[in-house]
Amino acid sequence: MTVRIGGGQGFYGDTPAAVDGLLDDGVDYLCLEALAELTLAILQKDRQRDETLGYTRDLPLYLAKALPAVAAGRTKLITNAGGINPTAAARAAVETAKQLGLSGLRIATVLGDDLKPRLAELRDAGMTLANSESGAEFDDFPGEPLFASAYLGARPIVDALDGGADVVITGRVADAALFLGAAAHAHGWHWDDWDRLAAGTLIGHLLECSGQVAGGNYTGEWWTIPHPWDLPYPIAEVEPDGSAVITKPKDSGGRVDFDTVRHQLLYEVHDPAAYLAPDVVADFTSAAFTDVGTDRVRVEGVQGAPATPTYKALLAYHAGWSGEARAAFSWPDAYEKAKATAALLAKRVEMAGLAVDEWCFEYWGANALGGPTAPPPHEPPEVAIRAAWRCADERTAAVVGRQLIPLTLSAPPAGFTGMGRQGGGRPTELLGIWPTLVDRKLVDEKVRVTFEEVT
Amino acid sequence: MTARLQLRELCGYRSGDKGDIADVAIFADDEEAYDLIVREVTAERVKQHFGAMVRGSVERYEARNVLALNFVLRDALGGGGPRSLRSDSLGKTLGGALVRLEIDVPDAFADRRRPRPDVTWADQILDALPKR
Repeated sequence: MTVRIGGGQGFYGDTPAAVDGLLDDGVDYLCLEALAELTLAILQKDRQRDETLGYTRDLPLYLAKALPAVAAGRTKLITNAGGINPTAAARAAVETAKQLGLSGLRIATVLGDDLKPRLAELRDAGMTLANSESGAEFDDFPGEPLFASAYLGARPIVDALDGGADVVITGRVADAALFLGAAAHAHGWHWDDWDRLAAGTLIGHLLECSGQVAGGNYTGEWWTIPHPWDLPYPIAEVEPDGSAVITKPKDSGGRVDFDTVRHQLLYEVHDPAAYLAPDVVADFTSAAFTDVGTDRVRVEGVQGAPATPTYKALLAYHAGWSGEARAAFSWPDAYEKAKATAALLAKRVEMAGLAVDEWCFEYWGANALGGPTAPPPHEPPEVAIRAAWRCADERTAAVVGRQLIPLTLSAPPAGFTGMGRQGGGRPTELLGIWPTLVDRKLVDEKVRVTFEEVT
Repeated sequence: MTARLQLRELCGYRSGDKGDIADVAIFADDEEAYDLIVREVTAERVKQHFGAMVRGSVERYEARNVLALNFVLRDALGGGGPRSLRSDSLGKTLGGALVRLEIDVPDAFADRRRPRPDVTWADQILDALPKR
């Protein structure tokens, strides 16, 4: 039996509009992937302000679209929108269901990814919690961890679905594991069937970024993508053996072919021959991709190896405050005017006794993004300078930008100044990210699934 | 005989982030182009190309099944998404920056050009908008 899985969200801020196309076309499982490293940081700031937050706040918008179909038995919903507060997200789901007048829903919550209350215990159990990217020891962790989330795999999702869940809400479950969970439950895959687990992981990886496999962010002939203003979300038709066809709702825009699929295959992957997932190590280089019809790509032959003994976890620390300001300059000599103004700003800030720990100047229109890869600017018609800075305290970060305003009349000619970042120029709290590895057994022993009925 | 050609004429690209690491992939248009980039676009070349933008090491991985090379750029995003002061704190534009790289190609490749965008449909939408 073929199982149809839809990828209905690619990040916090994606549009729920394209979910309609998936539900109309028919999917057995609708997976909403809401998290990224940056998202956890945003959710942490929410939870700091309000203990009832910490999940992606657009979840009710998605639920309003999907829950009627779930209640009608047409699909099941799986999402990691719970972020760092899945319990609160589940509460929001129950509330949304009640507001919609729906009943007969079984909502599961996956708990246990939150390691923040367990860090001392994990240390006692021998976990170093060293930074897996930089190698820094945990003793040098800057301040107190703001959150600490383990990347769980697909097992608790399968447990939830086996337990009759119609809706599964998780915290930091690995993106692709949402989809693997659906396929493993539907096809009864075993947890040592590495090739199938790898196939489910690869399929999930292809679908987890919504429109990005269907013509979004595409660097082939992107201008030829049909109806790009209404890009569809993708569907995987998954066979019991793990092979699948990646496609999209019929009569939709977008495109799914070998080229759009391979673009997504390597997205945010390190070693494609050893993609480290919580449930398996997948070899993406072993997969074969074939166009088998219009907007249909067959994926098969994926090989997997046993999972590593550790889960990835992500911790974060307070890393200061940033502010940002912009000013624009016109031809002639726009780049030189912009550079001079940047120097004047830095000098005035120094003279005002404001401590800036780090500056970042970008010259939009000349070279803001390419660094040394870009050719030197040649008489650009205009240049906008974007200045960003980091300070130890919020107040300093807030007032640095004010030093730019007087330059309107006291600096190189024809500038337009204005504050950026959050409109009113309010500083942004910066968070440093600390990836680490934790013994999977220590994490798993606290993972549990709870159920709530909406009657 | 050889000519010089920017990678943009031979490859698509996509890039993203994991912490302070940027993952940059390029996708060759055919097998001949793939063999060429395997030979020319080494980790060292890429490290040199990005200069001070990438403070750490560069590793290269091959994915012949999709005619792609994947580059892992360490210490490359100003501290990582939630910490970085850069506009592109997530490395989304580094793929485009990589295909600026010029490589030596055999004469047979010298005239290769990927098609340039035709956005007539966008002009039509924009021209129909209310404006003064």
